[in-house]
Amino acid sequence: MSKLAIEHVSRTFPGVRRGAPTRALEPIDLAVADNDFVTILGPSGCGKSTLLRLVAGLDRPSSGRIVLDGAPVREPGPDRGMVFQSYTLFPWLTVADNIAFGLREKGVARERRSEVVREWLGRIGLTGFGHHYPKQLSGGMQQRTAIARALANDPAILLLDEPFGALDNQTRGLMQELLLGIWERERKTVLFVTHDIEEAIFLASRVVVMTARPGRIKADVAIDLPHPRPYTIKTSPEFSALKARLTEEIRVEAVLAAEGH
Amino acid sequence: MKPLAPISKTARVALGILFFVLFFAAWGYATLGGYVSKTFLADPLTMVEEGWLLLTKHGFLYDIAITIWRVLGGFVLAALVAVPVGILMGAYKPIEAFFEPFVSFARYLPASAFIPLLILWAGLGELQKLLVIFIGSVFQIVLMVAITVAGVRRDLVEAALTLGARDRGILGRVLIPASAPEIAECLRLVLGWAWTYVIVAELIGSSSGIGHMIIDSQALLATGQIIFGIIVIGVIGLISDFLFKWANRRLFPWSLA
Repeated sequence: MSKLAIEHVSRTFPGVRRGAPTRALEPIDLAVADNDFVTILGPSGCGKSTLLRLVAGLDRPSSGRIVLDGAPVREPGPDRGMVFQSYTLFPWLTVADNIAFGLREKGVARERRSEVVREWLGRIGLTGFGHHYPKQLSGGMQQRTAIARALANDPAILLLDEPFGALDNQTRGLMQELLLGIWERERKTVLFVTHDIEEAIFLASRVVVMTARPGRIKADVAIDLPHPRPYTIKTSPEFSALKARLTEEIRVEAVLAAEGH
Repeated sequence: MKPLAPISKTARVALGILFFVLFFAAWGYATLGGYVSKTFLADPLTMVEEGWLLLTKHGFLYDIAITIWRVLGGFVLAALVAVPVGILMGAYKPIEAFFEPFVSFARYLPASAFIPLLILWAGLGELQKLLVIFIGSVFQIVLMVAITVAGVRRDLVEAALTLGARDRGILGRVLIPASAPEIAECLRLVLGWAWTYVIVAELIGSSSGIGHMIIDSQALLATGQIIFGIIVIGVIGLISDFLFKWANRRLFPWSLA
């Protein structure tokens, strides 16, 4: 049985001022296997973030249902950790308290919390930054903390909504490696939304390509590159072939999106 | 001068002091130079002298203390009521829908217009003074706090939801801490307004306080005392403002640039 099942899920936003309603997502079916790293690739405005918000429970589907571990999703919960594109660390909490937020909400004892925090600070390379406030950190460090905050909660699935979208290219590459390293060890089920083709291939075991709005699934490509994946894999012929193929798939949609389809 | 171009700290302080120097110079020139009648406006030196007499001979310190007590008393009562109500209004839309129309209306009721009524209800005692401040402050605080809490970044709330926070966690661990610095800032602002209400309250039917001294001095045409009283109010306001800012910096270090 699949870990996450998206069954015929669609989302239509009501029209503004008697305008026509916006169809953000056409009915979508998608099954995600346990321990899979799936990236959802699509042009901007294709509804991929909407899909992720539906899985998180932050929005309700207009039709269909989403099932995680056999239970239908009705509202947000700690079993679906999420990392947002915008910086969403709580600015009044230190890095350590941010990471421990979910554990505290669960009622985990203080000693256990600080143990988990120490582990995660180490894994994201921020040992010694536990007492810093978010605004004292760079964008990359903040997003690393946000990933640790979501994973410290030990969710069943990790949802990432273009988490590296606001970072510069070099930082972005390093963050991808860090995330992949964490996944290779933890083997969490991950749903990662991006519009960056290279990022989608490098991270994923499976890339789902979406069409321009209204979003549908256009292609579902298995990525058979071996693990662990060094960053040098990005220049290998296999990687380039995948990139060429996905570039072709996404280009048609980008053209449609740009034409205001 | 270029728009938005920064200036050095010394220049900032010097320019700030320069204003007061020019102000007192102009005042002194107009009064000591004989351009304005002494009956209507005392000169700065007379003002200082009369002020000194007020403090040393006429027990003005007691008036100052009683006025401060009234402002703080009424203001603290208003804050105790208004901050929780404002937080609940900001967080829960039904509560907002219930209170908002009334509070928006009540906010425009001038506190000073209530003084005759309050004298009827509460007499001339301290309670009446406190109520003037209370009425003048409470609705302002409620609305400002409600707007602040309702304006907390939605993505922070969503992040907390995906981390397993429930209703009480969202309120207590996201909405309140996120808006705390702005709530403190709004209290600082309203405290300044409370000072204008207390003087009005003391102008009518009072036997002590800075406002009472000012109305007494009017009868004696002691303009120096009036001006001294006004300056004292300004200085106390400045000090309380400074204390508030200092406390905010200590309490909310994360919100500073």
